[in-house]
Amino acid sequence: MTGAADKEPKTGNNALNGAEVLLRVLDEQGVEVIFGYPGGAVLPIYDALFKQDRIRHILVRHEQAAVHAAEAYARSTGKVGVVLVTSGPGATNAVTGLVDALMDSIPLVCLCGQVPTKLIGNDAFQEADTTGITRPATKHNYLVREPGALAQTVREAFEVARSGRPGPVLVDLPKDITVGGAPLTPPALSRLQRFRRQGGPDAAAIARTIEAMKTARRPLFYTGGGVINSGPEASELLRRLARKTGYPVTSTLMGLGAFPSPDPQFLGMLGMHGSVEANMATHGCDLLIALGSRFDDRVTGRVDAFSPDSFKVHADIDPSQIDKIIQVDVRLEGDLRDTLEALLEAWDDTPAPDLTAWWNQIASWRSVDGFGFTQDMTPSAIIRPQYAVRRLYELTQESGRDTFVSTEVGQHQMWAAQHFQFDKPNHWLTSGGLGTMGYGLPAAVGAQVAHPDALVIDIAGEASTLMNIQELGTIAQYRLPVKIFILNNRYMGMVRQWQELLHGSRYSQSYSEALPDFVKLAEAFHGTGMRATNVGELDDVIRRMLAHDGPVVADICVAENENCYPMIPSGAAHNQMLLGPDQDSEAAGLTEEGMMLV
Amino acid sequence: MADDIQKSVISVLIEDESGALARVVGLFSGRGYNIESLTVAVVDAERHLSRITVLTSGTPQVIKQIKAQLKRLIPVHAVCDLLEEGQYVGRELALVKVVSRGEARTEGLRIADSFRARAVDTTAGSFVFELTGSSEKLDAFIELMRPLGLAEVSRTGIAAIARGPSVFHLNEEPV
Ligand SMILES: Cc1ncc(C[n+]2csc(CCOP(=O)(O)OP(=O)(O)O)c2C)c(N)n1
Ligand SMILES: [Mg+2]
Repeated sequence: MTGAADKEPKTGNNALNGAEVLLRVLDEQGVEVIFGYPGGAVLPIYDALFKQDRIRHILVRHEQAAVHAAEAYARSTGKVGVVLVTSGPGATNAVTGLVDALMDSIPLVCLCGQVPTKLIGNDAFQEADTTGITRPATKHNYLVREPGALAQTVREAFEVARSGRPGPVLVDLPKDITVGGAPLTPPALSRLQRFRRQGGPDAAAIARTIEAMKTARRPLFYTGGGVINSGPEASELLRRLARKTGYPVTSTLMGLGAFPSPDPQFLGMLGMHGSVEANMATHGCDLLIALGSRFDDRVTGRVDAFSPDSFKVHADIDPSQIDKIIQVDVRLEGDLRDTLEALLEAWDDTPAPDLTAWWNQIASWRSVDGFGFTQDMTPSAIIRPQYAVRRLYELTQESGRDTFVSTEVGQHQMWAAQHFQFDKPNHWLTSGGLGTMGYGLPAAVGAQVAHPDALVIDIAGEASTLMNIQELGTIAQYRLPVKIFILNNRYMGMVRQWQELLHGSRYSQSYSEALPDFVKLAEAFHGTGMRATNVGELDDVIRRMLAHDGPVVADICVAENENCYPMIPSGAAHNQMLLGPDQDSEAAGLTEEGMMLV
Repeated sequence: MADDIQKSVISVLIEDESGALARVVGLFSGRGYNIESLTVAVVDAERHLSRITVLTSGTPQVIKQIKAQLKRLIPVHAVCDLLEEGQYVGRELALVKVVSRGEARTEGLRIADSFRARAVDTTAGSFVFELTGSSEKLDAFIELMRPLGLAEVSRTGIAAIARGPSVFHLNEEPV
């Protein structure tokens, strides 16, 4: 933190320095909140922040958390999330969050300090090759080398982050650039014109899709996070198209909320821990229409056995996703909103086809009730984690409040996806592609900052939540009334489950040893802690948690050995699902071969 | 699986900015694509455009992915699969140093002559030959030089361009 660059900026009276230019451009881009953490290389930017009051800065306790908070801010508002971190360790701490945003297509701009241009390459104090490290971790990144390029680079970063398939963009800002004078150049014509699609969706491809739709007997919509990214309008259009056609809808983890989960046309999530009806329908359909989903391996299982008899249509804004894993019959490139609009228009007044036989088949799969469980209601009985999520959902519904749910990663995440219901897009915040433990708590921070009056709940596992537990400090500082609902099974449950099923019950390093007392932990961070140890205490704890107007950590002690079912072992086909002890697998029509896979 | 592996020659027009080549190379290594040869040079100084020619191989699905992934890179202006587009000319340059005397030296010179390789540096005990042509021709020449005192080889990798009047340039088609 020494050297010439630290001296007062040599700018004229009304000239701006780079940091001020940066903030002007952020303002121009509509930025209201930045999540960040200071350090030597970004001090000029913090100084400029200090002198203004248009942009709010949320001080996190770890740079990874800044990125996750910005992700949730972005996901829950549809805006670009903004992060500010210092050079070296600040930048490297942010990397996990950047990759998380890249995998889940979240628009972010991460502003990052860098040592002065002259020192780059000299192993200077807190120097890291940030653009090199984050090249595969971002949609694109920049190193600003000229003051004259600053304004336009930052503008372009926002454009790249939000256009096409959204993603994280990093701008590396050497200290001399932010300290020294810089011109606030007027917005120039973007060099990214070539990325803008001309015209709407391909008419011929729409026609082929409609033709297939008219003759399909066992159709299925398979929707993903792309529907959410395309904006609330896309969710609305999806609902209309589903009504008109009468087709069943299944969703990926990332797509939950685009279609209302309580709706009878909704089959639930598909994939590794998806519902029986969703997976069997995916396997048995004759027309599969993928909307903003990318045939992730957690969805497809064994690729060569994936939906073997279907005509496949894939609509996505990113052409590289089409034919990447599954070869499809029709490609619909473009923004889903436009594609859905075109499909609706082309479908027009076509009467809803007779899908009775298909729906009967689905009903029989549904009757297996793959998510079903029995809770012993004796007050002293152990809480089953599924029951805890169900009650949380029901009591939240009773409260009638706008509710955002984030999760950590593990069994609790899957139980949240299975048992919490979503009827609106942008209210479900989870780490899908990267599966980042420690996502949920900072994500709850970001969502609560964006929606101060909403109810924000992090459905957590006791192991994951410790990965970013320091954010309880952020929660306290900004009085964010976040609820952290820990399904405490005293295990890295998802790891324990795999060890039980695949590694002869050798529970190597998966026991959550030496856990903190979460109630005292909450109190140490100026919050409120609660604990439920049996069924008799559960409702009361949830009610008190929801009623409390400050942050709460609820330690819900649940069954330690519960497994998450159904489960498609990786590498198995959709009709080779494993069911839990509560289900009758014969009724599900599952193959014996499948039962033996694990 | 191995039988549907095909070769592909991909041309990429990319903005000549710092890190641009690293993005392309990183894409290939990060996604496990093959690079058999890669050449790059600025071809339009005014518009700061470089042309990269990559010789790669993979299943048709992988080749398609390579092109789609390249098009996602922000500095990439255009991507063209020369094999798919039709006939193309691919040329490579080699500098081959041969250190020998007597019989071997004369024999080397004779072969170089028949390959139309030019001696661009000559000393009493060595030659540096310059040879341009298809990669196969260069391979053949180098093999023949091996017993005749082959000491060092430097090759450029192929540069390629489509035959006929069709032009691959800044057609700003949507990606
Ligand atoms: C950062 C990170 N490290 C490791 C993993 C691997 N992993 C996936 S789930 C899991 C256990 C999570 O335990 P907990 O938070 O208690 O959730 P549970 O499965 O018990 O509900 C682990 C270690 C991961 N997803 N992320
Ligand atoms: Mg756990």
